Amino acid sequence: MAERRTLNVNGRSRTITVDDPDMPLLLALRENLGLNGPLFGCGLAQCGACTVHVDGKPVRSCVLPLSKVAPAQKVVTIEGLSQGSRLHPVQRAFVEEQAVQCGYCINGMIMQSAAFLAGNKNPSEADIRKALAGNICRCGTHTRIVRAVKRAAGQA
Amino acid sequence: MTRHFNPSRRDLLTGGGALIVSFSLAGEAAAQQAAQRPLSIAEVDAYLAIDVRGRVTLYSGKVDLGTGVRTALAQIAAEELDVPFNMVRVVEGDTALTPDQGTTWGSLSIQAGGMQIRNAAATARAELIERAARRLRVQADTLTVSGGVIRAGDRRVSYGELVGGRMFSLKLDPAKPAKFKDPKDYKIVGKPIARVDIPDKVRGRFPYINNLRLRGMLHGRVIRPPSVGARLESVDEGSIKDVAGIVQVVREGNFLGVVAQTEWGAIKGARQLKASWSKWEGLPEQAKLFEHVRATKVFRDETTGNVGNTAEAMAKDGVRKLAATYEFPIHTHGSTGPSCAVAEFRDGKLTSWSASQATHSLRRQLAEMFKMPVDDVRCIYLEGSGCYGRNGHEDAAADAAMLAKAVGRPVRVQWSRADEHGWDPKGPPTLIDLRAAIDGSGTVTAWESEFFIPQQTDKSFFVPLIPATLAGLPAKPDIAPGNIFHNSNIPYRFANVKAVCHRLESTPFRPSWIRTPGRMQNTYANECFLDELAAAANADPIEFRLKYLDPADKRGIEALNRVAALAKWEKRPSPQRGAGGNVAKGRGVSYVKYELARTYVAVVAEVEVDRAAGAIKVSKVYMAHDCGQIVNPDGLRNQLDGNVIQMVSRTLIEELKFDRSHVTSLDWESYPVIRFPDVPEIVIDLIDRPNAPPWGAGEPAAAVVPSAISNAVFDAIGVRLRSVPYTPEKVKAAMRSGA
Ligand code: FES
Ligand code: FES
Repeated sequence: MAERRTLNVNGRSRTITVDDPDMPLLLALRENLGLNGPLFGCGLAQCGACTVHVDGKPVRSCVLPLSKVAPAQKVVTIEGLSQGSRLHPVQRAFVEEQAVQCGYCINGMIMQSAAFLAGNKNPSEADIRKALAGNICRCGTHTRIVRAVKRAAGQA
Repeated sequence: MTRHFNPSRRDLLTGGGALIVSFSLAGEAAAQQAAQRPLSIAEVDAYLAIDVRGRVTLYSGKVDLGTGVRTALAQIAAEELDVPFNMVRVVEGDTALTPDQGTTWGSLSIQAGGMQIRNAAATARAELIERAARRLRVQADTLTVSGGVIRAGDRRVSYGELVGGRMFSLKLDPAKPAKFKDPKDYKIVGKPIARVDIPDKVRGRFPYINNLRLRGMLHGRVIRPPSVGARLESVDEGSIKDVAGIVQVVREGNFLGVVAQTEWGAIKGARQLKASWSKWEGLPEQAKLFEHVRATKVFRDETTGNVGNTAEAMAKDGVRKLAATYEFPIHTHGSTGPSCAVAEFRDGKLTSWSASQATHSLRRQLAEMFKMPVDDVRCIYLEGSGCYGRNGHEDAAADAAMLAKAVGRPVRVQWSRADEHGWDPKGPPTLIDLRAAIDGSGTVTAWESEFFIPQQTDKSFFVPLIPATLAGLPAKPDIAPGNIFHNSNIPYRFANVKAVCHRLESTPFRPSWIRTPGRMQNTYANECFLDELAAAANADPIEFRLKYLDPADKRGIEALNRVAALAKWEKRPSPQRGAGGNVAKGRGVSYVKYELARTYVAVVAEVEVDRAAGAIKVSKVYMAHDCGQIVNPDGLRNQLDGNVIQMVSRTLIEELKFDRSHVTSLDWESYPVIRFPDVPEIVIDLIDRPNAPPWGAGEPAAAVVPSAISNAVFDAIGVRLRSVPYTPEKVKAAMRSGA
């Protein structure tokens, strides 16, 4: 039953043993690799808390079966977004704007925004709101999150 | 992963010496708490400890629920002690280490918990100065303190040196409160100090409860009944034979769970396990919810306001009478992360890790449930997803304990989204009848209100734990919706007032407190109906409020005046005249004096109503906010934004859906919440009063939002919305009936 699978995570090739290749990527990252940045929010692709990048695109890892992730595909989690102690500009902007309450949504907000800003150097506030429309924040940190993304724009 | 664990007391006091301040729980705040909560027992003294390196540890029974309280409490202690902010750390919500300061709720963490810490810090500082005076042989009042160092001219001694290698402890004397620093000398309190938790949160390495993994830990999932009152008839364990890593199916009464080696195994096991349950259809019909509420037997009437004689005033000739009924639906907490907990039984003792906002209460409940001495249960707080009240965290803790006990190993339980939406305790439905009389001159002569709200058994704040109920284990079947009678009475001085809370025997779903419980629903009805009276009297809504406020209540008056200035409020009655076009704009005001005793909030909402679509957009919210002394203005703004945004969501779109058996809004599609494009711009005027006591903030801001929106919609289109949520269907129906 158990099988080995190879993933490329945060620039390193990692081999894990799983019982079931249908297991979502989120659980492989959290349980097998101890990467706690992506969080479980719904398991239904409805909230964004579990967002990671796969080949640069934001992906909801809670519904992505491991079997659909090829060994060569580049998975990046929020842990891999910063370079050592140097934060990614989006992370830095979230600190500078203090754009966090409980922070449970923040992984998703940062990963979604980082991917969005990579292709949009100068988004309007409305663009940012649209780009994050699929991410839920129950604490109501939206205003600050938008400000943080705006601040990071052009640097990310 | 040791950072997940709260250190032992010995670890904290390394170096062999410390100055420890214990709160005597006979103090004023504790006495108040005891009065409100007869079950409160002081198991652990609260501490503030200073070690030989001058480092300060706070032991706080109040926990940071993602609100920044950790940072604010550290600011208070650092300020009062005159130590650098980064010398203070906070240990929260561990029943073996931190005092029972009551549940973290009611926006009381700073107002009550913060003041206890300020007092402890001031006591420690005074003692250290005394000791320094003796050591340096000078008068205490000639000494100066900064950065944890006491100086007499060029001679100096640090806190750490004064602590030396000895342990000494101070008891707070409630009769002799310590002398506090003059706020004009503040360097840390009142400043927008960056929150201590944010760097780890943006790096994805914050120790949330969800990330706690113990050695040998297994994963559990619960399988809840398909209807609230269903009985478990049979379980077919063979149905999960093919799932890898299943350790055990745990069944006790109607409690059912699966434990597996891996989380995925537990998820698959729970999904696949075949069980049959009895049919149960005991919920009211959703379409007739408020008829059901009105027909529910009244357990007791509580009169919260009684001035003059309203019946007589209403019966007077020539008065104009108004009446309206307001409804507020059932809401879920909707935490972004579903509840999660870890439990371990070892040598007959239970350790429970959870994001409970009330570890001391949870501890008592778990002890009761497992028939254990309270001393054998330790509950440790680890931050989880924001909870906004009593959500499912405690139930998940009890689930984990059930499973851990059954398998004899540590078990982590992560609820699913459907578990959270379906089974967190709910904000109960609220029905409010209002009546008033206005005389020929436009003066309100009578105000009557009736609130149909669930009772609170024996003043209990113990929300029954789901697994205890399901498994038939010892648990009190309490109803604990929180102090939802607050703000049923009004701050306005009418000649005749009667406010009555009909405390109902039951409510359809297990209730608890959700952000601003009762105060928000009650303020909603009161402030909307007041607006109805202002319109009937053809008066400007702000002027109308000012006319009836107690002139001695200067802070309330100032809040209203400041929000008027902030919003550039144009004086005129509502609704506005001659607004044509499909999209109508309006503005509405609302005001609260929280619990009629503390924090003042005045708010103006601006809305756009699309008549054809029936869609409301809240475009802007202005707020004037007075909570006395502000500890951290940036943290405060963050909380105010959050409360406003969450309330816009709850007012416009949120409503629990259910059939006769169970909740049917089990995900974010069936229970939508606000999304980025619909979030209003928020403009806040913070009224800082450095010399006043710090009052609660957060919840008071939520109290005024639904009414401000309703009043703004009335201003825009002349239609009064009285039933939350304001869905397009309801808006269009209200326009048709011209209400
Ligand atoms: S957890 Fe993946 S989208 Fe919600
Ligand atoms: S900060 Fe709590 S969910 Fe967004």
